Amino acid sequence: MRIIKAGVLDTIQDRGRFGFQHLGINPGGAMDSFAAQSVNGLVGNNANEPVIELHFPASIFLFEQEAMIAITGADFSATINGENIPLWQPIIVAKNSILQFQKWKEGARCYLATREKLNIKKWLNSYSTNIKAASGGFNGRALQKEDVIDFKEKNEYKKILQDNDFITLPWKEDILWNTTPIDRIAVIPGNEWDWLTEKSKSKFLKESFIIDSLADRMGYRLQGTLQAKESNDIVSSVVSFGTIQLLPGGGMIILMADHQTIGGYPRIAHIASAHLPLLAQKQPGDKIYFRLTDQQHAEDLLLQQQQHLLQLQNACKLKLEDFFNADN
Amino acid sequence: MINFIEKMADSFSYKIYFIGDSAATIDFGNVIAEEINKKVIALFSYLSQHPLEGMVEAIPAYSSVTIYYDVGWLRKKISVQQKVYEWIRNELQKLMLKDLAYFRTSTNLVRIPVCYEEFGIDLQFIAEQKNISPEEIIRLHTSKQYRVYMLGFLPGFSYMGEVEDQIAIPRKTQPQAIVAGSVGIAGKQTGIYPLNSPGGWQIIGRTPLKMFNKDKDEPCLLKAGDQVEFYSITKDEFENYQSRRT
Repeated sequence: MRIIKAGVLDTIQDRGRFGFQHLGINPGGAMDSFAAQSVNGLVGNNANEPVIELHFPASIFLFEQEAMIAITGADFSATINGENIPLWQPIIVAKNSILQFQKWKEGARCYLATREKLNIKKWLNSYSTNIKAASGGFNGRALQKEDVIDFKEKNEYKKILQDNDFITLPWKEDILWNTTPIDRIAVIPGNEWDWLTEKSKSKFLKESFIIDSLADRMGYRLQGTLQAKESNDIVSSVVSFGTIQLLPGGGMIILMADHQTIGGYPRIAHIASAHLPLLAQKQPGDKIYFRLTDQQHAEDLLLQQQQHLLQLQNACKLKLEDFFNADN
Repeated sequence: MINFIEKMADSFSYKIYFIGDSAATIDFGNVIAEEINKKVIALFSYLSQHPLEGMVEAIPAYSSVTIYYDVGWLRKKISVQQKVYEWIRNELQKLMLKDLAYFRTSTNLVRIPVCYEEFGIDLQFIAEQKNISPEEIIRLHTSKQYRVYMLGFLPGFSYMGEVEDQIAIPRKTQPQAIVAGSVGIAGKQTGIYPLNSPGGWQIIGRTPLKMFNKDKDEPCLLKAGDQVEFYSITKDEFENYQSRRT
């Protein structure tokens, strides 16, 4: 697979690099872990295969060999040789096809996986790109023009494709599995939650907050301020993906996948892990609302989501087997 | 030989709190103190060698240890009557009753060469602020051993303490571009930038040592709990080091 035009920030990611935070090496990993694990599931891969995380404007890819791909997450109007292709659905593409993302529609980042598996070397037990350390992923950096990502496997799809540029396979992830639309992001109180004044606590839970233009893989600044009862710093300690820090002056930042391992600002709340994917698809200017939850409910939400992903993975593996058996 | 037996829970009060739904922190108090950090490193070493079931990793900070755990894996492992976070809290409480004095790890002493004069871009500023000569800043900085309290901020960035009051100085209000190897001071802390990065510490010199090397199995030269001693080298020696390194 060759990059014939580079995107603004397209990197190799997996579920993150764990086990090295004591050295100050952060986990990184896909911002939207739900979409990243789904995209692997759809093409029959295990959940931790490397995927490509794409931002808009995204790279243009040339498939130098046949492949089965899927795209999940944000909608950037993906096309193969100019024809629209669906998201959340496996697609077989012919040799010399071009995958291009035409127009931003919705969300902040999408994920691309291939059944042929990307041939990426692990660094410290993970495929994720750590740009700061110039390590991991593809040469420790974002993809550039003329990069070639090799596949680990080669599959024959000629009989299925015939003369078509691509074939969409007849199954799709039901992304509405969680039937109640989620309009509020669940947060668990942080250790310094009670540092907020009562007025600020209720503001935090009632009012909307707009994501500032300073929003990237490291963190999202929020517009608006909260008030602490007293302005103290804490002795630096661990922060996580989803930690909401109260900055001096009352501003807020939500730490995202490329967060530092350690921080010294009060941690007023933490996003429930199951809702991080929702947040990962938000962009500067988007409005978000919070609601308070507790350990127990956050845990249940996460387990439900993991269950769904596991079912998806198993179901897709079966469907793929059936599909290729029927074909032969 | 008589062992000085002490239990973590006896000698220090602690608090357990959660960092979201997949991590928990044992906090020994909101302070920077060598005795507390020794406890932190002992607990961290113990957990590294005897990980809790379902533990993903443990991370030491100044006065706390945090563990990440795998909610999905533990859910299958433990009784259905118990929530995963309850089980974790229980396990951590049990752990704190153990005698972890054993795990007072042997401390490495790492000697770090620093070329001060040539690369200490903020020496003059500190000298003016603190009414002290640059030579005296260098003498004081090289006069003692520092403890590596923790790593963070960047891969391999070491938070060390404590510098003498005469050279303690607040960080800059605006971060600047800093070159890998730069040695800085922020408050009573001293540290080394392992990578080129924006940063706010006052820079007093640069080491030719590679603090972070992605190609090594142990990519960071320092780890939490190490002792560090700085010694002054000339620009020629600095360049010699660098040419030997490559």
